[in-house]
This record gives sequence, structure tokens and C-alpha cells, in this order.
Amino acid sequence: MLTRLTGWGRTAPTVAEVVSTSDVDVIAETVRTAGGRGVIARGLGRSYGDPAQNAGGVVIDMTALNRIHRVDADAGICEVDAGVSLDTLMRALLPFGLWLPVLPGTRQVTVGGAIGSDIHGKAHHVEGSFGNHVRSLDLLTADGTIRTLTPDGPDTELFWATVGGMGLTGIVLRATLHLNRVETAYFLVDTEQIGGLDELMARQSTDDESYVESVSWFDATTTGPRLGRGILTRANHARLDDLPRRLRRHPLKFDAPQLLTVPDVFPPGMLNRLTGRMFSEVWYRKSPTRLGAVQNITQFLHPLDILGEWNRGYGPHGFLQYQFVVPFGAEPVIRRVVEIIAGSGHVSVLNVLKRFGDGNPAPLSFPMRGWTLCADFPVRAGLSELCDELDELVLDAGGRHYLAKESRAVPEAIQRGYPRLDEWRKVRASVDPDGVFASDMSRRLALK
Amino acid sequence: MIDAVGNPQSMLILGGTSEIALAVAEKYAAARPLRIVLAARPSPRRDEAAARLGRLNATVSTVDFEAKDVDSHPGVLDKIFADGDIDLTIVAFGVLGDAEAAWQSHDKAVELARVNYTGAVSVGVALAERLRRQGHGAIVALSSVAGERVRRANFVYGSTKAGMDGFYLGLGEALRPHGIRVTVVRPGFVHTRMTEGMPAAPLSTTPDRVADVIVDAVRKRKDLVWAPAPLRVLMSIFRHIPRAVFRRLPV
Repeated sequence: MLTRLTGWGRTAPTVAEVVSTSDVDVIAETVRTAGGRGVIARGLGRSYGDPAQNAGGVVIDMTALNRIHRVDADAGICEVDAGVSLDTLMRALLPFGLWLPVLPGTRQVTVGGAIGSDIHGKAHHVEGSFGNHVRSLDLLTADGTIRTLTPDGPDTELFWATVGGMGLTGIVLRATLHLNRVETAYFLVDTEQIGGLDELMARQSTDDESYVESVSWFDATTTGPRLGRGILTRANHARLDDLPRRLRRHPLKFDAPQLLTVPDVFPPGMLNRLTGRMFSEVWYRKSPTRLGAVQNITQFLHPLDILGEWNRGYGPHGFLQYQFVVPFGAEPVIRRVVEIIAGSGHVSVLNVLKRFGDGNPAPLSFPMRGWTLCADFPVRAGLSELCDELDELVLDAGGRHYLAKESRAVPEAIQRGYPRLDEWRKVRASVDPDGVFASDMSRRLALK
Repeated sequence: MIDAVGNPQSMLILGGTSEIALAVAEKYAAARPLRIVLAARPSPRRDEAAARLGRLNATVSTVDFEAKDVDSHPGVLDKIFADGDIDLTIVAFGVLGDAEAAWQSHDKAVELARVNYTGAVSVGVALAERLRRQGHGAIVALSSVAGERVRRANFVYGSTKAGMDGFYLGLGEALRPHGIRVTVVRPGFVHTRMTEGMPAAPLSTTPDRVADVIVDAVRKRKDLVWAPAPLRVLMSIFRHIPRAVFRRLPV
């Protein structure tokens, strides 16, 4: 069926033939018979830009392929189809006291997408990214065959090219994941309200390793001495003893209501200088310093999952998320970026700052040791120029952009940020010489 | 691909010496790498435009294109699309001529209709076919306020623009489900080669400012824009003035 697709940012719509099936044979046949404009897999469409779109070609909707095949509580592993969402999986694993080591800011992503983008969460500095926990995966390649890949087996290169490979090496059909153990579904959270950016970063750099989860929100609308004031939240999984008596009866209970779905009625400009400042003020004030609070998963990890389709609030022209990482030592670059954003007239309220731990062997994996910063902007005139200006700072500092969020960079920016891109291209060409796997992103960024 | 903030990577100008279209190309090329195809009759002006854009680091190629020769259009477009996707196409060709001569000379009237209307329909249909295969892309059609309420003063030209305006608005609706955006642009009086020596009308504008309107419309994926924007209100009033009154107005 011809379907108009966008990413989560609701920008740059294109039309593709969408095939939705849980039949692996049909998927393989679709790949073998894909026309000149190729094919790409799509999960729940949470990438902000265009990696799961394929204008004029075929897009395979993987969400129908969604069975959990095996959970081995003793070994701490599970084997699942690529279309299973992390939400479904987390709910299925919790009763066993099992926990996905990497959960991003939303659970509404598929396992296949999590591998293709090599996603990370607030636990990156301890757990690494999603690919670090994949024990094996089944990859459907351009010739229509299915290969089982492991991180250190004979196809190790293809495994790591697939992790973070944005779906361009083939289609992940199934994966075996390593899991952590938890006693409860709660977190013990330390919240610190910090009045300025430098202190915020200094504080976050202290004792970060003693927490599994760590992230800051910062204010990008206030200039002057309070520039970049923010809220640092860090947490560990609560043990049974940590819970108050009333929670102890069902320590692994999890219910995350979706309270409402945002209607598609918002005009452009809802988020402006004034509303942005008001929101930032409230957000800052509502979280005074408080240590050792017990919070559930939704409160701590996924507050935005309470609202369905919250991206509609940004209006019809959509929005983009600008996320980059720069190595430790480039703190002045972070500061400069926040100054530029705060003084730009463009408004971002959902701003995140986090310290990454070591990267993994995947050539296109985003995380590396350093600071990652993330900001959301509604699309309007001048945003392109603002982002281009930030690109220069980021790339000059040896940083790079997150492809799962990327929607507007030039190919040269990606080439500079990912020095191993050509190495990845070689692996990709060896399994897909004719370029069967293609997306709007692969065309736009000349990834192939 | 056109990115999230509206930057195209490749652009085709049909009527490749149009000052408005070239101003758009310059705005894009100044900021980002851009591949531009200028389709126009061979002329020094075309070469000059290509050279100017080349100096902005754009990759420029030229293709011979004759708006009146509608039979050649599918072949010309095939050649252009063979080199890769075209993200943005501006349909920018058109002739104005002397209004009084136009309605009294058979040749001149037919020439205006052939270029401005038949030619525009011809490339529109041929473009649509290729863009549908591509699954993405934007078309900007340069119409005119002269077509919104056709005046006695230049009704041959106005009627051709009214026709092409209606065609491209309809084409936009037809192509919506296919992911192709069509933007109809209605400039008022623009100071260009075409209008040189003519008395400027109120709310007159320049190619550069019309280009700003176009860049913004492409980013916002708009169907219909006026340049400058206040013309929208003015033209709405014009449209509703009874003929007997309109006739007496000095417009």
C-alpha cells in the first residue's frame, strides 16, 4: 500500500510501498524482488528523521513480526523477534526479575530499531549501548538468505556493521539479548537542582559511576549567570529493602498508563520564547534537591510515555532533535553550544546532557567517551543556519551526530564525525553490492 | 532529498534564466552543497547564470529546453532524471509581451498561450510522472496575481496564468497522496527583465524577496503563497468587486 511516512519529528514526508507481514518468507521475497529504489525495514517510527523512509521504494513494517520466543531466567537471556517493542519486552521480563540493560527515553521502539540505531539510555556510562547486549542476531541480507551473526564469531564484521548500521546491511529478524537482574521495578533517585551549567557538569562528573542511571535536564532559555541551570537526576535500582512496606508486596509490579493522546490540532508557534521560558521555569522549580526518593519506571525513565503522540504538540511543520557527542575535555564547546542556543531565538525545552562511557566496536555506533547534548527545536526559518553553526563547533571538537536523531546535516558532516564510515561501507558493499537496502537517509547523507 | 528544515540537495529550473528562480537557487547554494540543472534555450544569459551559481560551489549543468516544443518535454525530463533524483523543480518559464499587441495579433496571443499555459501543462504532467516514481519532491509553479482576477489591461497574459495556476493547484491535490508537494506562487509586480520599463504597481517586489517567500513556502510545504504576502488580502478584495465597478478602477 502506498503510504506517506515521516519520522517522529514529522518533517520531510515521502511515500513508499509499505509491506506489513509477520511471514519471514514474504519479507525475504520482498527483499529479493525489490525494485530499483530498494527496501528498508521500519519499526515504530521513533527515529526523528528519515532512516525508516524510502521514497519511491519499499518499506517493510516489522511490527507484525513480534513474538517473544524464549526467556531463560537462569541464564538471563531472551530470544525475540525484531518487531517486539521494548515496552512489550520489558513488561514480559519484569515478573522474572529481568531487566533490559539499555532503555532509551521511550520504550516505544522495536528491538530491530534498537540494534539498527545502537540506541543508548541513561545507563550508558555503566552499561554501554544496545549492541553491547546482543548475543546473536539473525540478519536477512540482500541475496535473500538469513545469517546468524555473533559479536565475536566468523561474521563479526557484519555483526558490528549491523549494530548502528541504520538497517542498511539487511533486515534483523530475530535477536538474543543479555539481561540484567533486578529485585524491584523501582529506582532510588537522587535529584539535584543546580544553578548554572558549569556546576551542573562538574557535579555530574563526580561519582557518576556509583549510579546506574544518570542524566541532566538543563534550561536553554535563560541567559546570564544562570545559563544552563538544570536538574541532575541519578539513580540505582531499588532493592527490596529500599521499598516502603506498601510497595514491597508487589515489588516487580509495573503499570504505565498512557493518560491521553495528544490531538493533531496544534498550530505552529505554540512553543515560543514566552511559553518556552515558562515551561523551563516550572520544570526547574518543580524539582528541588532531594536524595533517595523511590520512583517508578515511568516517573524516572519515561515521563513522556504518559502522553501518546506528543510530537503533535510541535505543530504541522514538525521539529527536529539535535543530538551530538563531544569528547571529555570539550566542556567549553558544550557551554558555547548552550550559549548559542539560548541566544538564538530558537526555543528548546527538552534538553538533555549526559556523560557517555566507552563506545563499542561498531563503526557507526554513536556513543563514545564524552558529553552528549540533546535539544529539540520546532522547525522554523533560521533553524538550518543555527544547526549548521553548531555542526562546525561539534565537528571541530572531534564530535559527531546521532543518526537516529539526524534529519538535516550535509553528507560531509557525517563523513567527518564517523571516521570509520568507509570501513563500514566496505562491509556493507560486500553483502549488498547492488544497494538493495536504501532509505531516504542513505540517499540524503550518501551513506552507501 | 529535501531535509527536515527544507534544504533541497538537487534542483531543476525549467526556464533556467528566470531571475526569481535563480535567486532561489542562489539562496540554497550559498548555504549548502547543491546540484542545479538549468533547462533553458542556449543563450549567453544561461551560461552567465551557470557560471554565477558555479562560483557559489554549486554543481551546475545545463540542458536545452524549449517551452513551446511540448513534444520534446518528456525526452528532456528523462535525460535530466537519469542523472539522479530531483528534489525541487521550479516551473519558471513564461512570456509577458505587449498586452495590447497580444489580443490583436493572432500569432502573439497563441504564442503566449503556448508558452505560458500549454507548455506549463506539458511539463507538469511529464514531471508528475517522474516524481511519482521517485516518491518524493517538490514543484514550485510561478503563477501571477494577474491570473487571480484577470484585468482588461493584460487579459491574454492573465488568462494564461489563470489557467496554469488552476492546473498546478489541481496537480498539487492529485500528487498529495504520492508525497509530492506543489506550491503555486503568485507574485505581484516584480522588478525584472520582463517588466523593465513598465510602471511599477503598488506592493511591487524584487526577485530576491520573492525567492525568500519561495524558500519559506518549500520549508513549510505550502500549497499557495503570494509575494509579498499582503497581496493575498488585496487580491481577495479585487476578486469580489463587481465587474461594473472594477472596470472603472485605475488598475
